[in-house]
Amino acid sequence: MDNGIAAELAEQVARALADAADVTTLRALEGGDFPASAWEALSGLGLATALVPEAQGGAGLGFADAVPLLEALGHAGAPVPMAEGIGAAALLGAAGIEAPEGVLTFAAAGAPVPWGRHAGHVVLVDGARVALYAAEALRWTEGANIAREPRDVPAVTGAPVAEGTLPNAWGAEAARSVAALLRSAQMAGALQAALSLAVEHANTRKQFGRPIGRFQAVQQQLAVFAAETSAASVAAAAAARAADARGIADAAFEIGCAKVTAGEAAARCAAIAHQVLAAMGITEEHALHHFTRRLWSWREEGGSERFWTARIGATVQAAPGPLWSFLTSRDQEPAA
Amino acid sequence: MTGLRFDLRDPPPGAAALRAEVRAFIAEHEHRWTPEVRARSWMGFDRDFTRAVGARGWIGMCWPKQYGGAERSFLERIIVLEEMLAAGAPVGAHWIGDRQSGPLILRLGTEAQRQKFLPKIVSGDYAFCIGLSEPDSGSDLASLRTRADKVDGGWKLNGRKIWTTFGHLCDWMIALVRTSPPPEGGSKHQGLSQVLVDLKAPGVTIRPIRDLVGEEGFNEITFDEVMLPEDALIGQEGAGWAQATSELAFERSGPDRYLSSHPLLETGIEALRSDAAAAPALGREVARLWTLRSMSTAIAGMLQDGDDPVRQAALVKDLGNDFEQALPGAMRALRDVEEMPEAMRRMHDYLTQINPTFSLRGGTREIMRGIIARELGLR
Repeated sequence: MDNGIAAELAEQVARALADAADVTTLRALEGGDFPASAWEALSGLGLATALVPEAQGGAGLGFADAVPLLEALGHAGAPVPMAEGIGAAALLGAAGIEAPEGVLTFAAAGAPVPWGRHAGHVVLVDGARVALYAAEALRWTEGANIAREPRDVPAVTGAPVAEGTLPNAWGAEAARSVAALLRSAQMAGALQAALSLAVEHANTRKQFGRPIGRFQAVQQQLAVFAAETSAASVAAAAAARAADARGIADAAFEIGCAKVTAGEAAARCAAIAHQVLAAMGITEEHALHHFTRRLWSWREEGGSERFWTARIGATVQAAPGPLWSFLTSRDQEPAA
Repeated sequence: MTGLRFDLRDPPPGAAALRAEVRAFIAEHEHRWTPEVRARSWMGFDRDFTRAVGARGWIGMCWPKQYGGAERSFLERIIVLEEMLAAGAPVGAHWIGDRQSGPLILRLGTEAQRQKFLPKIVSGDYAFCIGLSEPDSGSDLASLRTRADKVDGGWKLNGRKIWTTFGHLCDWMIALVRTSPPPEGGSKHQGLSQVLVDLKAPGVTIRPIRDLVGEEGFNEITFDEVMLPEDALIGQEGAGWAQATSELAFERSGPDRYLSSHPLLETGIEALRSDAAAAPALGREVARLWTLRSMSTAIAGMLQDGDDPVRQAALVKDLGNDFEQALPGAMRALRDVEEMPEAMRRMHDYLTQINPTFSLRGGTREIMRGIIARELGLR
């Protein structure tokens, strides 16, 4: 991976989001609007096919290259379905299908589709079968997660535009794993945003004649917050590297570990953030809840902690020999 | 944004081969290790084992060959440490010398000091301990009162160090002591120096302190008019605080900060292999372990590149200590202690008693979190 490219892309995304989206954007989308101007700004960066191989007209980047930009998206509360589009295009590319222009999203068959009602095209993945539908071929039962992000259940009423099969390296659970990886990275970004809000509040809100952040009890809590946030970020990056090195299917262990770490961090840090922000953080007016509700929601998407810990536990129970041998056998040693 | 950067990278070339070498070596020795020895981890002191490790070139691995080192990379060294800790090898006789004292002597010592000490750390002949805490100076370390006063021909040492792990078994201590009073109105961090103390010197009294397990692991060491030679000083007089804190990233980010309970997790997985109901709880521990290892390894790479990720190290130590400390409880939640296989139970019982030390040694949890809070701009 070229760290320079990854950082540059993240910087571009962060800049575009800073100009085109803020807390009013999040409010509007949670009220049912599609943030068209933010979408224009972000899609103008041409990152939709970031993970599509160059031979298929994409940028040929790896998951690890995308993690910083996914964090930047999460840091802004993911006001547009860009992560979904990047994941969908990657799945299509793997199945040999060209990604269409416009708003694109994906889900495993049977799971609610993020941003479904707003999409021009939707990728539904059933095992290794990938089907691309135009919006006209789907009828939506609208729903939402607790962040009030659109999570819609499709009924298929027409034929797909294209169909294909994922190669073995992607496996039969690729949709969940890709979603888990995307969400893990976004959660790391959302954690950073919530941390900034909590630190800012701790440094300005005064009680007993001084900022509450001067109290050790508050400092120690925010230190835990920062540690968990770093853990989520490192885990997402490490899982992405595993996915690039061995393919999505064989990186399910690492992706699961990252999702568990992000999910635990979300629970612990959201609680700390609200404790520090106190009643202010519970108001609709304050920005914090846009991030904490996303953290609570994204825990459930791409496999919860309950799902992944059971998976990981079963994997290590079944692995012959010591856990340590299993863990180290998964290190990516560079080819000699 | 926290600004706490972690750079991931691939393992060094030859990593798998080096792991295999270390595992084969451990396989020759591990039949002698009781469950308690394994549970002691880097607090297990076995001079013979240390000599054998040294003979393989795995102590002072990164040091120049002229001082007995192997000139291997820092990431290769981490591989050896990981393997030793994962197996619960009794590495205590060389752990401090390899991790702290040797690197300090290499970096700041005189040529004579390097030649005198480094080859003997490598061979296992010199075991080192660290003299920091005093009866009245723990987390507020700079308030320490042990003094080395300049006299004809050297230094006169008076005072007391406490909680010195294996002081009674070690040969040398690097002590942080006061060599001049803090300047008027200045910081108490000034006027401290690091000195090499021969623990066999006249005037050194070592009193083992029995711990709650019933063992004598740590000590109180009293210095009564101990004469130190001129060349006992390491580095610069008065710069002891900066010297002692400058390599904290090395001391706090290593695998010894999250693998202290690892042998228990191994026996736990072995015992619970066919218990489907245990899978989620085991998976949780493994996910956490994997993340901590990713973080610790990232810091190792940054250290190899010459960065000083001292705040990241504090953060990983805090998370790692939480993990290794909670592990006995996590295992106990999966299997009643009396139902555990014997080795698992003995490790559990030992670690249950000793794991409070994990978030004390090397800087307390509260100090680690204070460092992170400062990074966040809260202090």
